[in-house]
Amino acid sequence: MTSQQLIISGVGGQGILFITRLLAETAIAKGLPVLTSETHGMAQRGGIVISHLKIGDFSSPLVRPGHADGLIALKPGNVALHRSFLKPDGWIAANTGEAPAPEGGRVTARIDADAISLQLGNPQAVNLLVIGCALSTGRLFCTREELEQVIRLKLGPKPSLLEGALAALNAGAGGVSAARRPTE
Amino acid sequence: MARGLVENGCVVAASYPGTPASEILTAIDAWRTAEGVNMHVEWAVNEKVAFEIAYAASQAGLRSVTAMKQVGLNVASDPLMSAAYLGTVGGFVVISADDPGPHSSQTEQDSRLMAMQAKVPVLDPSCPDDAREMTGLALQMSEDFQVPVMLRPTTRVCHACQDIVPGPVRDLGRKADFRKDPKRWAATPKFRYDLHLKLNDTLSRVAAYPPTAPRPLNPGSQSRRAVVASGVAAAHAREVMDAASLWEGLAFFQVLQPYPLHQAFVEQLRTAYDEVLVLEETAGVIEMQLRDYRKVRGKLSGAVPEAGELLPETIERILLRFAGLPQPELPAAPELPGKRPTLCPGCPHRSSFYAIKKAVPKGIYTSDIGCYTLGINLGGVDTVLCMGASIGQAAGFYQAYRVTGEPCDVVATIGDSTFFHAGIPPLIDAVVQGARFVLVILDNTTTAMTGNQPTPSQGTPAGKAVDIASIVTGCGVEFCRSADPLDLPGFTALVKEALAFSRESGVAVVIAKSPCLVDKSVRQPRRPQAVVDASCTGCRHCTSQFECPALVFDPASGKVAVDVMICSGCGVCLEVCPVKAIGQKGATI
Repeated sequence: MTSQQLIISGVGGQGILFITRLLAETAIAKGLPVLTSETHGMAQRGGIVISHLKIGDFSSPLVRPGHADGLIALKPGNVALHRSFLKPDGWIAANTGEAPAPEGGRVTARIDADAISLQLGNPQAVNLLVIGCALSTGRLFCTREELEQVIRLKLGPKPSLLEGALAALNAGAGGVSAARRPTE
Repeated sequence: MARGLVENGCVVAASYPGTPASEILTAIDAWRTAEGVNMHVEWAVNEKVAFEIAYAASQAGLRSVTAMKQVGLNVASDPLMSAAYLGTVGGFVVISADDPGPHSSQTEQDSRLMAMQAKVPVLDPSCPDDAREMTGLALQMSEDFQVPVMLRPTTRVCHACQDIVPGPVRDLGRKADFRKDPKRWAATPKFRYDLHLKLNDTLSRVAAYPPTAPRPLNPGSQSRRAVVASGVAAAHAREVMDAASLWEGLAFFQVLQPYPLHQAFVEQLRTAYDEVLVLEETAGVIEMQLRDYRKVRGKLSGAVPEAGELLPETIERILLRFAGLPQPELPAAPELPGKRPTLCPGCPHRSSFYAIKKAVPKGIYTSDIGCYTLGINLGGVDTVLCMGASIGQAAGFYQAYRVTGEPCDVVATIGDSTFFHAGIPPLIDAVVQGARFVLVILDNTTTAMTGNQPTPSQGTPAGKAVDIASIVTGCGVEFCRSADPLDLPGFTALVKEALAFSRESGVAVVIAKSPCLVDKSVRQPRRPQAVVDASCTGCRHCTSQFECPALVFDPASGKVAVDVMICSGCGVCLEVCPVKAIGQKGATI
């Protein structure tokens, strides 16, 4: 059975709950068991927010340090904050506008999601841009088509939101290299 | 939990929002609508009222639920203790969600201790699917034993997602039918003694109730050492034991009903095992019901921490030590400063606090429970105790200073939802006792912190909206004025006026009325973003005293810049900048 443990990290207001639910529903649509644990309440007011997502045969909703297959970071500084959750060969997909720190042998995909979201005229789209970036690692448990299908189900009744979401996902998946800074 | 309630014929649900229990009522309402069942679902004014609404439905023979966070149960503890004696007719479940950590609470208190104090059975789910199943079980138990049953999820159960297969929805077809029995329902102390004896007898039968007996998860294990776990600690332990190949090496039981603990199980642990490790959050509730402490490893013996969340890595460490195995090497977590929570960019509370500090610079600032607790970042909050305490403490500080010499200036801040919840009795007390202070009611007409649940000033389709100013004047307050804090100069002047009144005459109330920016039910204005021009001196008054996260000091340029990802265009910082270096000519958002 597919087994994947993910950490999704950012700050309150970036839509971490939305993408956690999106990935969880995509897992369910694929017939996979899923467990998540999320941050709510006061921490959501601009503080550090972290979601744990476990797909496969698990009973605990939390990822232990050193056990995550992937880290999806919606803020540049959060990679350093939550890298300790990763396995030695765990991958990173991160929103960063700065020159990236070297990550040894890790598969690392980076995107300047803040800048691209402004170009798209949709500052709320950072979350889906980074998920698109995670797809580009080739290591996420699902495909772009599977994610798109769930996004259509979730946002179907709101055509303008749906259009923006799909555009962001596609820009994230395809736009990673374009967004790279020359220093990289 | 919501699904389990709707599947099992729950008809009345009442709650007051509080993390991590806030989503339960909304989900009940969603399932009610989706399944087309007839229910009364309400956001009550506080947890005590919510409890009483739901309990009366049980007295009338219907199945009902009340849901709250653990500190909400403190508010509802009065009816809880008494309802335990009087008992139930229709199944009645009290959901009290605990917050080990704590992530978003004043305390880490364990609701299971409250269940012990009240003498009601409590169930401890380990995951969302457990919780769904247990709500049905709790409703049935409550009817079988005529006692309220508590369901105690924790944050990791409430704020989790899991794939669940829903069951069929049962309509029990009951009509409300209250059978008068004053000796029971209005029992005097003489009868309460008899009811207490009856409750004790009920509990001894509950402690032998087969459906809630502890689950042996690896019945084949021949070990003389046992692990006993409940709640999410059982879910962590299960995964860790599997990963560390301890599955056969230690007997493993999941306790579903931590109180009253099954007596046959207590006896089994005493006779069949040499050592017993107990893993539970947050207090040692199971542990203290075991007979032979010499065998028990837990919070009392020091094997398990007595505070904080039991994370899976902590449980791994404890289990390996119990099994006599070496400790794993954990990757070191970095010692990096996190990012503290803050009021949202454009939040009207920020403007209120800035105005209060300006108008009453030497005041004592009592505050309350809500988003505006984060006014602490601006230096606008000196005390936070519990719901409604800002007003009681403001009166208390006034009296303490008055009686020992010179009165001092006190400004209390309280949100509109918290004012309705617990702010009215202390306001009456302040008026009656002649206390003098300024009360600023931060009225965004929503319960923002917990996800924008409605407040009484919004009214309901069946009822009427309740007006805050009418309550305030009805309590006898003679100064009650309303203004929008986003008009910083005007609002500051009003707080100064209120202060002058309070020094001479008594309580002065200012209602700071401005909508919450994250409330999706309110149409948000489109406004141009702020822009900092070259005249910025880098004094950082705006970042330290106004603390808007959209204003960021750039060490390279020595000036402040606007974070266009998050600036809401509220424009208040234009008034805050001492050199008027901020203008409002940015992109309209």
